[in-house]
Amino acid sequence: MNPLQACLLLSAALFSAGLVIALARSNAILVLLGIELMLNAANLNFIAFWRFRAGAAPATGVLFVLFAIAVAAAEAAVGLALVIALYRHQKSLRLQEATRLRG
Amino acid sequence: MTFTLLLLAVLILGSAAAAALRPNLIHSALLLVVSWLGVAGFYLWAGAEFVAFAQVLVYVGALSMVVLFAVLLTRQSRAELRVDAPAARRVVWAVLAGAAVGGVIGAAVLGTNWGPVAPSAPEVTVRGLGLQLMGAHGAALLVLGALLTSALLGAVVLAAPDRPRKEEGS
Repeated sequence: MNPLQACLLLSAALFSAGLVIALARSNAILVLLGIELMLNAANLNFIAFWRFRAGAAPATGVLFVLFAIAVAAAEAAVGLALVIALYRHQKSLRLQEATRLRG
Repeated sequence: MTFTLLLLAVLILGSAAAAALRPNLIHSALLLVVSWLGVAGFYLWAGAEFVAFAQVLVYVGALSMVVLFAVLLTRQSRAELRVDAPAARRVVWAVLAGAAVGGVIGAAVLGTNWGPVAPSAPEVTVRGLGLQLMGAHGAALLVLGALLTSALLGAVVLAAPDRPRKEEGS
């Protein structure tokens, strides 16, 4: 197993951990954090390919991850604001109770 | 070199797994911060120092504080920090889904011939990164600034309390 494969396996495991957190926990904040973990796994992939595969321009992978981190920060800010708004409306963060749109 | 990677993997995955298992919300959030720190360590290991610092600044520094504020703003009592254990059926399905996704990706990674591995990281200086950001990717940087501004303004609007409506006709 070469180091690139090891990095990709680590990233896959991290993605799975984030998926399990996002699916299993019922607290809205933890679901958001699970999604952040999946985003981190994607960034890890970018850096792994940048480090171990020559070919593209030298800064491409780093720039990609920088932009991804910035977009993830914007997403987290909006997500946490939504969490606070959800809490104000239903006084709870349990996602099972957020069924106002159910027909 | 491989040993360092193994250590980082144990740190990242161990804290993520512990965060998934802890019933206490604040414990989970802090354990995920440890996981993000491990990812920053991975970036350092791979030779992407600037990304590692950005990760520490954005995730470990800023995002963790925002998450902790959200946790503290949305609780009423100490007992509420303990999230009740999720239903067993959901946990089983979630673990099955995670294992399926991880298995498919892992099999694809192991089954692919990745070709030769570069012996050293590409040379990227901070100066070079800045020139790239201001030159070739200047438009993307501007769009990103507009996106961040509008997202943060939207977050303020979403999180602000509703103003009491003016009584009509009074």
